[in-house]
This record gives sequence, structure tokens and C-alpha cells, in this order.
Amino acid sequence: MAELTTLTLTQLRDGFRAGDFSAREIADQYNAAVAAARALNAYTVETPEDALACADVADAARRSGELKPLSGIPLGIKDLFATHGVDTTAGSRILTGFKPPYESTVTAKLRAAGAGMLGKLNMDEFAMGSSNETSAYGPVISPWKRNDGGNAALTPGGSSGGSAAAVAAGIAPGVTGTDTGGSIRQPAAFTGITGIKPTYGRCSRWGIVSFASSLDQAGPMSRTVRDCAILLESMCGFDPKDSTSLDAPVPAWEQGLSSDLRGKRIGIPREYRIDGVPDEINAIWDRGIAWLKDAGAEIVEISLPHTKYALPTYYIIAPAEASSNLARYDGVRYGLREVPQGGNLDAMYAATRAAGFGAEVKRRIMIGTYVLSAGFYDAYFTKAQRVRALIKRDFAQAFEKCDLILTPTAPSAAFGLNEKMSDPLAMYLNDVFAVPASLAGLPAMSVPGGLDAQGLPLGLHLIGRELDEQGVLNAGLAIEERAGFTARPEKWW
Amino acid sequence: MSVDTATVRHIAKLARLQISDAEVEALVPELNNILGWVEQLGEVDTSGVEPLATVIDQKLRLRDDVIDDGNVRDAVLQNAPDAQHGFFAVPKVIE
Repeated sequence: MAELTTLTLTQLRDGFRAGDFSAREIADQYNAAVAAARALNAYTVETPEDALACADVADAARRSGELKPLSGIPLGIKDLFATHGVDTTAGSRILTGFKPPYESTVTAKLRAAGAGMLGKLNMDEFAMGSSNETSAYGPVISPWKRNDGGNAALTPGGSSGGSAAAVAAGIAPGVTGTDTGGSIRQPAAFTGITGIKPTYGRCSRWGIVSFASSLDQAGPMSRTVRDCAILLESMCGFDPKDSTSLDAPVPAWEQGLSSDLRGKRIGIPREYRIDGVPDEINAIWDRGIAWLKDAGAEIVEISLPHTKYALPTYYIIAPAEASSNLARYDGVRYGLREVPQGGNLDAMYAATRAAGFGAEVKRRIMIGTYVLSAGFYDAYFTKAQRVRALIKRDFAQAFEKCDLILTPTAPSAAFGLNEKMSDPLAMYLNDVFAVPASLAGLPAMSVPGGLDAQGLPLGLHLIGRELDEQGVLNAGLAIEERAGFTARPEKWW
Repeated sequence: MSVDTATVRHIAKLARLQISDAEVEALVPELNNILGWVEQLGEVDTSGVEPLATVIDQKLRLRDDVIDDGNVRDAVLQNAPDAQHGFFAVPKVIE
């Protein structure tokens, strides 16, 4: 039997359909790989019986000729998605033991498309973090190691760190992630995989634990651009249960894939050449430019003048929305409850939240509460919303000159665990290239571009116009074909 | 603008977060650092710019005002830390 865990999701789907192997064999191999990789701390819950049950349904469907788009494919699910009867904790102690009596729209759609579930994936607490170190379950360890022989444990990035590590380590052929300010793209870049955040509103947010509602968006992470296109088609679509869900048809993205970029103009924003970013990042960016030219695209210089204000804008808006969203965790309806001896209701709220939230979540609740408080609301929150409008306008003006924008995904390769935890601002800077597209609600994707001198993956980042996921995927495919990125972490776990 | 220990305690109270003296001491410089950094937005001329509330231009829909998910009391209560007689139970509010 072939090593099915080395195949792409596309190869698994096609091989299963052709009868080369059964869905049961896929599920068995992945379940075994998941169980053997606990040293990575990527899964918080394993659901091998779910993967097997869905595999049996898929095998029966193949016999009866009733295959669905994802029949036979087991997926890992970020623990931010509510899964019926299966622990959903958002990486937080405050949701310990929470078993939703409902299923998120995105995972329900993946299930309806025939996919099974391997388990729930570890993540930064409430998706607040860029290294997975804020998880109540402890950090995910990246499957990658530096080639300096030092053997340091590295971050897989965050917040979708468990998702990224699972794909990179071959313990899931595809996964769900969520992206608020780069949480799909930065971990994809750190682990040498592909991930796309679609246009805001493409994926329903219903049943996804809320962080910053005006920014949160789900998306797939997988090994290849085609794998992502396949998953994205099943994840997107209008949902009346989410008031911000886009009532737009879901294109056949896989069928529309083409790496021929003739006639396309690629914008290179001059403000993304940032002082202090390692030369290797600029070098991979230049290689990306050359690859897109080779695919027939024309390169144009563009300007996004408010780029430097994107991160401070984000770090007002996201905590403000988070402080409001996280007000629901009060010990009454679900999750943890702490009642101090003789304490009243207010004491219960305060003690529960103190015991249930980690340091980064508390920090952001405090920032958010401050910027929304009387006397500061206009100076901070309204101001940030005005700057957000300017950032969005920058992109609209740039897209008059170009069809897509190419940048690096992150300002560095993966860093070591504990290297940045003591400095929140240094950690926030990790998302410097990813955040602007989030603020503007645009589709954006990270594709592996190559390895740095330490042997670690670096990602290239494509930003498209509203609803132009196809353009983003196509340019991603052009890079993928030319980068020839086949590096995999050496198995140590 | 900068925060002091009294402001941090006040914000924590608004946020319903119990914080220790040590946490207050740690949060003062951390919050000041972050707030000092975001204050660079003051450099941006935003006169005449409408605050952006909806990132993708679309009208918010209203659903019909009907109950379509009723009779799920037990499902709603099943994750409660304390449920009694079909209700969420909390510490005594009125003495």
C-alpha cells in the first residue's frame, strides 16, 4: 500500500475515485499518523471514529456511484469551529469541556460535501496570537527544524498553528483555518504550505467562535493551490444565519485554474519594502516577481500610502471587537465558572474571566475596553475606522493600475518558541504584510516560495480584488509551478 | 494619553476582569507601550473620511421576526456550569 499521507488532497480524491485505494485505507493511515505525531501538539482532540465512519460512507457512495466533492477526504478542523458534540474550546481554558449542540456552517458544508474529521486543531487562544504560544493547551511545535543542528523548537505560526503544522507534517491532507489579521497566511508561510483567506463574507462566520467580527474569515490550508481551490468551493456560500454573509454565487475555482497570466498586471507596493526586514525576504519577493513575469504578467509599481498605519489600526479595531465579543464568557451559560467564597454575581463574572482567560486575551480585552470607553471612543475607535477607510481606498486606487498585488507573507521565517513572547509589539509586527488585506476585506493567499539559509520555508503573498479569488489562485498556481517547492520537514516526531 | 494603575483597575472593572496587584503593575507599561504605538494614527489626516463599518459594501439583511429554533431548552442548558429546574443557576443576586 502506498504512503497515502504523502499525497496531495487532489491525488487522494482522484486516486480514491479511480479505485486505487479505499476511503477506509485513507482514514486508517491518517488516523495512525495523527496518533504517532502527538509530540507536535497539533491536535487537541482526535476523532478517529469520525474519520472512519465518514470513510465507510464514502466507500459505499463509490460503490453506488453517489460521490460528493470531498468523499473519502478526512480533514483537520481548527478548534475555533463549533463541531456538534465534539469539544470546541478556541484554545481557551474558559471553554474547557464545551460541546456545542450545533455545527458551524463551514464544517457542516464540508461534511455535506463528504469530508470526515480527523480531530480538532490547536490554536492561539481565541485566535489571538502569531505563534500558537497563547494556547491553553501549550504551543504547537513546528515539524520544521533549522539546519544549524541546534534542534530548537520552532513556532508553526499562528493563530492557525495546529492547522499549519498538521498539513506540513502529513497528519491532515487539508484543514480549516481562520484569518483575522493573517492567521491563515502567516502560519502557511512558516510551514511551507498554501492557505487562502477569501473575500470577507464568502465563508459564513456562523458557529465560528468570534474574535473580531468585522475581520474574521475562514479559509482552507493545504499542500497545493489546487487543494485549496477544492476545499474553498465547499466552504463558501451564502448563509442566512450570518448577516454579513455574501449573497453571491460560488465560482468553480478548481475548474477555472490557469497559470497563464498574460494580460494580468501585478502590483508591487513600494511601501512594503520595509527597513529591517531580512534580505532573504526581499530576495524571495524578487524571485516571485520574476516568476509572475515568466507566467506572462506585467509588473507595475504601486503605492499603498497608508500601509504603515495598518497595524496600529488593526490593534485598535480587533481588540475593541474582541472585548465586546468575549463579554459572553461570564460563567453563566457554558464553560468555566469560578465563584469566590461568598461571592456575588459580579464577583463570579470577574473571577471566572480571570481564571479562564490567558495573558494575551486579557491584554486585548483591556485594550479593547479602554479604546471603547467613555472619552476615548472617538479618539481611538472612530479614528481607527476612518484610517481603515483610507486603507481600503488605497487598495481600490491600486487596483485601478493592477489586477493583483504581490508581497512577502511575513517579515521573517519561523522563529523559536519563547523568542518573542515577552514583547507583545514585536509579536504584532509579524502580521505587518498580512493585516492590510484583512482590513480591506480582500482575498489573499500565501504560497511557498522557497527556503531560507536555515532551511526554513518562506511564503509569497498575493492579494486580489474583492471576490477575485480566481485571480489570486491562478497567480498562486503560477508561483507554485515555478517555485517547484517540494521540501518537507524531516520526520523527528 | 497614558494609563496609570488607577485607570488599569477601572478598565479591568469595566471589562469584568479580576486582576491582581502584580498584573496591574505589569499591565501599566504594556498598555502604555501599545497605546503609545497606536497614537501614530494621529498623524493621519482623516477629515472628511467616513468611519468604515462594513468592509464589503452590502446592506445588512433583517431576518423575519419568527421563532425558528425554539424548543431546544435542554440543548441550550447542556453546557451550563449549573442548571436547575430548566434554568441557568447563578449565585444569589438579591439578598
